[in-house]
Amino acid sequence: MAMTATQEVYVDESSVGESAWRQVWGRLRRKKLAMISLLIVVAIYLGGIFAPLIAPYGYNTQDLDRGLEGPSADHWLGTDRLGRDMLSRTLYSARTTVVVTTAVVLSGSLFIGTTLGLIAGYRGGWVDNLIMRVGDIFAGLPAIIMLILINASLGRRVEDAARWVEDHTFLDGLVSSGFHSYLLVFGALSLFFWVGSARVIRAQVLQLRENDFILAAESLGGSSARVIRSHILPNVSFLIVLGISASLGGIAGSEILLTWFGVGVQNAPSFGGMIYEGSGARTFQSHPHLLLVPGAVVTALLFAFNLFGDALNDAMRGR
Amino acid sequence: MGAYVIRRLAWLPLILFIVSFATFALARFGPGDPVTVAAGQIRDPEVLAQIRQDKGLDDPIPVQYARWLGDAVRGDFGESFIQRGFTVSELIFPKMWVSAQLGFLALVMIFVVGIPLGLLAARLAGTWVDPAIIGTLLFLQAIPVLVLIPPLLWLFALQFNILPVGGWDGIFEIWWIAGVIAVPIPDPHLYLPLLAFTLPGFVGVARLVRISALEVNTLDYVRTARAKGLSEANVQWRHVFPNSLLPVITVFGLALSGIIEGALFIEVLLGIPGIGSFLFEAVTSRDYDVIMAATVIFATAFVLTNLLAEIIYGLVDPRVRLGASRN
Repeated sequence: MAMTATQEVYVDESSVGESAWRQVWGRLRRKKLAMISLLIVVAIYLGGIFAPLIAPYGYNTQDLDRGLEGPSADHWLGTDRLGRDMLSRTLYSARTTVVVTTAVVLSGSLFIGTTLGLIAGYRGGWVDNLIMRVGDIFAGLPAIIMLILINASLGRRVEDAARWVEDHTFLDGLVSSGFHSYLLVFGALSLFFWVGSARVIRAQVLQLRENDFILAAESLGGSSARVIRSHILPNVSFLIVLGISASLGGIAGSEILLTWFGVGVQNAPSFGGMIYEGSGARTFQSHPHLLLVPGAVVTALLFAFNLFGDALNDAMRGR
Repeated sequence: MGAYVIRRLAWLPLILFIVSFATFALARFGPGDPVTVAAGQIRDPEVLAQIRQDKGLDDPIPVQYARWLGDAVRGDFGESFIQRGFTVSELIFPKMWVSAQLGFLALVMIFVVGIPLGLLAARLAGTWVDPAIIGTLLFLQAIPVLVLIPPLLWLFALQFNILPVGGWDGIFEIWWIAGVIAVPIPDPHLYLPLLAFTLPGFVGVARLVRISALEVNTLDYVRTARAKGLSEANVQWRHVFPNSLLPVITVFGLALSGIIEGALFIEVLLGIPGIGSFLFEAVTSRDYDVIMAATVIFATAFVLTNLLAEIIYGLVDPRVRLGASRN
């Protein structure tokens, strides 16, 4: 990542008039693997978004007489220990992944990371130093271990806070829907997932700000906010997109690890929880579908994220 | 170079301070009361208050932290709340030793397996073997260890019954030939954890070596070597091989931190009595001092790893350390 940090997006001069985004998309479309990956990601995300509409059963609907069944006409992917439909749980787990990745990308990579990167690069001086040194500290910590610790120790407090909100406002069902645990997972992940995009964007802004058009905008009396918004931001938009596509796999994977460890999303289905219920050699021997169903979806998703990220990187560099 | 190393080293105490304080505050802030756990059947409020006072749990958190820090720098990490009568150091050092042995072996394996695979793929570029190797590796890398380990255990331990289900029995097992000659062989408990630890790592190394070897192959000095009539084996061995290894050094830190973080999950899944499963147990039973010590040790290992990687990177590529000193 560091090597591509100050890479401008490659624009083919022979096709003047075609926007850079269109050119990138054109190059991307010719890559078969990238398109397959995109298809996998879109399919899983659509499945998650429309889970309430397409899931054949509720994710918590138990049928204790029919627990641990393999795939059948009634339950396409079988049932789990409590007789809950695996297909429905998979769709709702995908929903959890959609919610977590979207929220962390919005708050961590986009909001915190981009803003701090822009400010650090544009302002320079002690502001830059402060932001980047704080980033160095976060990058120097073992993220997963700190995340486990944060979630393990703050979980109960956040739950209490959510219950208080339920009791004192018109909001309802926060705890039963697992909202408090989502909130904690977003917050904790955002804390660690802003550094990468902030660094990359800062490096690019450092170069950009030496350009004449920035000097012109400044001498015309443009405020810092205006210069950043209308002159610098459009020039780092590629990096932002690239950063997001590179971090999606890490964010989705971290949520799964945390939930597997028992400190992630609660009261809502998650791939981490499903995988945990299916682990154990004996469980796998007698009921392999418990692990294989969520495992296959997670593997496909992470594989697709990686391949698409690489392909997007290539396409932006003109390959 | 010396100044560069010192500048990087200066970060270490600050990061350790932040990690240990954050861990301390978080652990004290968390749910569950270690005193009631430690006291077991005793529910007498006076006794509980006495234990609290003895342990200094009534003091403000900064005071408690200062006391912990003062002890910790002298190597005293306190006493386990749960396993009474044992100091944290007594409990933790044997586990660290297990994790360190396993981690070191995994690190060596990552490079021993990854480098030849990458060179092989680069050598066979243009044939079907290269994309087959890389495709397979990418696919293997995408499977999370959480998903990978149960099927492996089932296959090797239950189905074929050739490997143990988990646990740890040292690195070597001694085979006695005719009861006289001792032959050390790798202990069968090693294979699965090593596979799980090295899988994502050696894939990264193999891909990097492949790309690097392909690039070196197009360089002028390689062409010169071929032009002057050196045999292909000689060109590969003398010119391509050493030069394509340079970038591998840069993933050293990444590989090691992957191993350190992976320890948490792999050790739990395979029942290895290392520091990862120790931390897992401590988190679930809220054993404050153990959580503290284990996290700080994990963080120290992690920070030192990153530091080592940066220093090596600086050694290999002077631009890094010169650029750093200009800032």
